[in-house]
Amino acid sequence: MKPRTDPGRLSTFAAALVVARRDFVAILFSRSFLFFLLGPLFPIVVAGFAGGVGQRVQASADSPRLGVAMRVADVERIAEARATLSDVAGVRLPELRVVARLAPDEPYDPKARFAEAGVSAILSGTPEHPRLTGPQRWLDAWRGPVSLIAAQAQGSGPSAYPPVAMTRLATDQGANRSARLKTAQGAQTLLFLLTMLLAGMVLSNLVEEKGNKIIEILAAAIPMDAVFFGKLFAMLGVSFVGIAVWGSVVGAIVASAGSALPSLPAPAVGWPMLFVLGVIYFAMAYLLLGSLFLAIGSMASTVREVQTLSMPVTMLQLINFFLASFAMTQPGSAIEWIAILIPFSSPFAMLARAAQDPALLPHLLALGWQVLCVVIFVRMGARLFRKRVMKSGPAPVKKRRRLFGGSSAARA
Amino acid sequence: MASNEGAPPSGERSGPPLAIEARGLVKRFDGFAAVDGIDLLVPEGAVYGILGPNGAGKTTTLRMLLGIIDPDEGLRRILGADRPHDVATRIGYLPEERGLYPSMKAVDAIAFVGALRGLPRKEGRRRAYELLEEHGLGYAADRQIRQLSKGMAQQVQILGTLVHRPRLVIFDEPFSGLDALNQGRLERMMRGLAEDGTTVIFSTHVIAHAERLCDEVAIIAGGKVPFAGPVDVARDRIPAQVRLETRRHEGAWRAALPCDARREGDIWYFSLPEGGIEPLLRALIEGEAGILSLSIERAGLHDAFVAIAGEAAARALAQDSPVEQKQ
Repeated sequence: MKPRTDPGRLSTFAAALVVARRDFVAILFSRSFLFFLLGPLFPIVVAGFAGGVGQRVQASADSPRLGVAMRVADVERIAEARATLSDVAGVRLPELRVVARLAPDEPYDPKARFAEAGVSAILSGTPEHPRLTGPQRWLDAWRGPVSLIAAQAQGSGPSAYPPVAMTRLATDQGANRSARLKTAQGAQTLLFLLTMLLAGMVLSNLVEEKGNKIIEILAAAIPMDAVFFGKLFAMLGVSFVGIAVWGSVVGAIVASAGSALPSLPAPAVGWPMLFVLGVIYFAMAYLLLGSLFLAIGSMASTVREVQTLSMPVTMLQLINFFLASFAMTQPGSAIEWIAILIPFSSPFAMLARAAQDPALLPHLLALGWQVLCVVIFVRMGARLFRKRVMKSGPAPVKKRRRLFGGSSAARA
Repeated sequence: MASNEGAPPSGERSGPPLAIEARGLVKRFDGFAAVDGIDLLVPEGAVYGILGPNGAGKTTTLRMLLGIIDPDEGLRRILGADRPHDVATRIGYLPEERGLYPSMKAVDAIAFVGALRGLPRKEGRRRAYELLEEHGLGYAADRQIRQLSKGMAQQVQILGTLVHRPRLVIFDEPFSGLDALNQGRLERMMRGLAEDGTTVIFSTHVIAHAERLCDEVAIIAGGKVPFAGPVDVARDRIPAQVRLETRRHEGAWRAALPCDARREGDIWYFSLPEGGIEPLLRALIEGEAGILSLSIERAGLHDAFVAIAGEAAARALAQDSPVEQKQ
């Protein structure tokens, strides 16, 4: 599209387009874009490693076993009964570990031997008079299964188990809500990580520009609003390229894996609409945070100042994210409305809402509110920039008040 | 309000229309008045110098004129517009602190600055190639800025300032960082612009540049403008100096010398008397002083600056300008 101009000045849109075009091309052909593209790989790899290690630790730490200390013949009967029940009924039964094969009349004190046995509880006595020794938690959990195993070991259980005909339902109303919550939570987290990454990038871009001294040329030629909008939209364009690349990769994986992939529950607005809303809310979340970061960049003149100033904002954004996450579990509550009204949590809260509620009108209203906030933040940032950054000349002599009147400057 | 020799209200002013009209501009930073009631009237087509030591308020004044910052008080009118950004496509600006994107090619850097001023990108690139060829930098057109020398990068930025053919060009300390050869080139370029009818404004702390180039100057010190007007008027603030060498050192003729006359060896120096040189000349001849030589020397801009802005400002100017000290 050709920007419209009048003889005296570029329109804000046309000026923003000039800045956006330059930034977009510069970033797209830079090394940092490659890192941006590879960026999502790092959390996936780290999460994969962490998950694998965690699973192993969990598996070794949390496999409760029931120790068996009985006479040799009783041990065999108990083990056989457990195997039968497990095969036929599919009941979740405790794993057994033989801790003592006792000779007839050999005494065994499970209480005294518990510590050295290395199991969660000990089953002693006989199948007719089983005794369970262990912490309350395991007594509660295994009392029933142990009774069942002991009955089977005595031969007093049923001789045959009739087969059960089964009809599988596609949906489970109870599980659907929690599954949708998980979809919403996943979408929110992805949105949060991407926006933080991008907002950080746009901030470093502005600081770099200030370091290059190009900003004064921009500020002299076009309104600062246009500079800020241009920078924001360039980075948004870059992120869309990243999303397109990653979307294609994920799409290709889904297409090739087909039914091998676990199916996610459909969101309330449906997948296509959730995708559209996801892209829009991602753009809004980024524009809101990016405009705030640009305002911060306007107040700071060094990278160190930027880091100092952006830290509390990052923390606040985390709080906003948690607020939106919490609000998601309380649909229709005051908390949800607060999360929707606070501009920085609004995109997250609304995306979660899209996963749970099919109504579309609230999204239009929320988007209008978010656009308004972006415009206000950009204007404020531009004003701050003009007021605070473009200073030159010597610093003013600050008058230091003395305890007994006068000032040091006045006496100098 | 600062005294402003050439600054009557625009309505009463005769002569060419004004490219810039600024009245009572004030800019404070944290309560400190960096610019304190400045008036400037810059005629169209003039080469206008803003002369003052570092920290005098030159850059802040230019930034206000360009709309980079807004004045706290006062009025400004640039090429007939109250808001500088409304005429941005007709203005070129070279800031004191030079800046270009290091990864951009020279030709693209020039075209980009042009695009910011409303020049279509394709036309900008065409003109950029043309300008680079004209100024002997055609071979570097497709090199990245980071691959150019500092001087070449500065030239590229100057060309970027001019690529959209502005009617008003503002240079902030354009000569700083340039070697003597490139300073000469830039002076010629500025004269050429003025000949084509472009108004050129530049700030400098080097009096020699202002003296060589400017039709009018504004002397700025401590955020105020104690003088603004034609260079000749500034010089005329100081009476011309007379240098007299005589064969005889004593005689009645000495009574005819003005009271500020001082003797250095065989030579007398004094201000040109208000009544002109003729009565003095007559007295010297009648008194048989034996005149060996007599010359009248007009005051330079430096002397005018000292007289107008004061010794302290002149010293600051000299400190900022080692090149001129040598001269």
